[in-house]
Amino acid sequence: MNIIVCIKQVPATNDVKINKDTNTLVRDEAQSVINPFDTYAVEEGVRLKEATGGKVTVISMGIPKVADILKECIAVGADEGILLSDRAFAGADTLATSAALAAGINKIGQYDIIICGKQAIDGDTGQVGPGLAERLGIPHITCIRKIEEIKEGYIRAQRMTDFGYEVIECSLPAVITVVKEINEPRLPSIKGMMKAKKAVIPVWTADDIGADKDKIGLRGSPTKVIKTFTPEININTEIIDGTPEEQAHKLVEKLLQLQIKVPV
Amino acid sequence: MAIRIIEENCTGCAVCVRACPFSAIKMENDKAVILDNCTLCGSCADACKFDAIDFQAERGTGMGDLSSYRDVWVFAEQKDGVIDSAAFELLGVGRHLADQLGQDLAAILIGNKVRPLAQQLIAYGADKVYWLDHADLERFNDELYADNLSHLIERYRPNIVLLAATVYGRSLGPRVAARIGTGLTADCTGLEIEADTRNLMQTRPAFGGNLMATIICPDHRPQMATVRPRVMKPLEPDSERSGRILRQQAQLKQDLKTRVLQVVEEAGEIVNLLEADIIVSGGRGLGDPKNFALIEELAQTLGGAVGASRAAVDAGWIPYSHQVGQTGKTVGPKVYFACGISGAVQHLAGMSSSDIIVAINKDPDAPIFKVATYGIVGDVLEILPLITKEFKKALGK
Repeated sequence: MNIIVCIKQVPATNDVKINKDTNTLVRDEAQSVINPFDTYAVEEGVRLKEATGGKVTVISMGIPKVADILKECIAVGADEGILLSDRAFAGADTLATSAALAAGINKIGQYDIIICGKQAIDGDTGQVGPGLAERLGIPHITCIRKIEEIKEGYIRAQRMTDFGYEVIECSLPAVITVVKEINEPRLPSIKGMMKAKKAVIPVWTADDIGADKDKIGLRGSPTKVIKTFTPEININTEIIDGTPEEQAHKLVEKLLQLQIKVPV
Repeated sequence: MAIRIIEENCTGCAVCVRACPFSAIKMENDKAVILDNCTLCGSCADACKFDAIDFQAERGTGMGDLSSYRDVWVFAEQKDGVIDSAAFELLGVGRHLADQLGQDLAAILIGNKVRPLAQQLIAYGADKVYWLDHADLERFNDELYADNLSHLIERYRPNIVLLAATVYGRSLGPRVAARIGTGLTADCTGLEIEADTRNLMQTRPAFGGNLMATIICPDHRPQMATVRPRVMKPLEPDSERSGRILRQQAQLKQDLKTRVLQVVEEAGEIVNLLEADIIVSGGRGLGDPKNFALIEELAQTLGGAVGASRAAVDAGWIPYSHQVGQTGKTVGPKVYFACGISGAVQHLAGMSSSDIIVAINKDPDAPIFKVATYGIVGDVLEILPLITKEFKKALGK
């Protein structure tokens, strides 16, 4: 089975700080990691390969440094990494990102399944997976928590919903996005790390993948950020003092005044 | 490259370095240098006082004349013949936008035997309901719903299309937007019409709620957005309101690539986190998985749902379906109890829009107190049972 996994480099969120004067992120380039949701996508790809044979190719669009993160994927079992990197990709929104990835994946050519994380933790949009499927003209299923069966041209999987889950069957090739519940990513093996160290990550430009310049990067992005600001947070916290009994009593009194209906 | 530093103008003041949201500018020999990770947002060019940044936003040409796109549309998600409450919230904000634009508000209703729901959508503010009915459309199916919604958009050319940022909405929205070739803003918490341009200003949290961004889609139509549930307010329903119900021909196909075989509702055992008015959440401060019983008891007393922090889920104390936060569920109940939760930004991102937040934590410096309405500094294991007891007494349970 030919498996493609799409990943994104994101800032290590624990380090995200906001400059209150400029309302911008204080980001140190060095503190970038693979999007946590994508680690489940990589792991699931590697597990599928181990179960069915085949190859796992990891692809990302980003700055040259992202090659390091693609190598980390090789260390945990992926076979190869491909980086789409070109100034022409810069400024892409989710639509333009899906166009670039689709062009890159078309150049790879053969694939049975494409796996993405549910969303990236910097933008939190979750839009690239379904957009990519549309660009490739194949179906998609989001938020998969378990693959029940997969074989040539067929997948049956559990999709998390707002109410529980549903079992969906779908023809392959398809794009799936996965949630955290699907697996527990492995740590790199010594052998994997050796392989990653030696790996060469091909870098493909917009011309290499024959991307339509009107569909990628800033030019291909219908949406535009016009303002960023720090959200206001409630600072009028009322601290309730006293003995534990007093604290509990006072709190409940205050909450009961809100007259929220309690189902009987 | 569409951006460059004009070195002779650059004074090395580094204002641009601070203005860059992406740390994509550095100073080298007292001159600014644009790095590879520049996203061409243009913030630096706006900030530079010396015209030292040549920035040409090479934007695409867009769709040309946009004036023929009219009306505000709301995708009215329904399940088993019941409209999702988020659809009423969309109609609430949609009504406001439509009135500002002087255009109609339309609801898109797709399902099987769902005609009676159309009247409800009108009561909640819709002027028109585009109604599609067929046995094959009974349940949400990405493929069929995307075909039908795209078809309607192409035919009627709406100005704005709103979907709820539910699992379904966040799957359907990007598929349809990619097919139409227009922009989509995810998980918006604010929507306004810009007075001059009449563009839709879409505000959403990014970076786990650390930063808010306002986004427009100036040259493409429709302007599409998914909207975070439980942020917008529905109108009071008015059963006297009148509106038109317009039946549409459903687009169907025999060779569907995706089929839903089974729907499993897990909400029976726990009240759905997304719908609950009261959520009691526990974190690592509970010390031991068995102490989740205290959380459950309070939740049960109040008819609420049980939530958890990522730390508690990662420790294996409670299933992932209970996780609240950036990598779990985003909730907005009337009252949220954070018990033994320190309040990492990722957790705050998932619950800070709750009306009332009660924080109980032994560490007075825990970040959770920064967003709390009421804070109790103390031992959660001691205080929680006392609160439950007080409620039971007050509620006569």
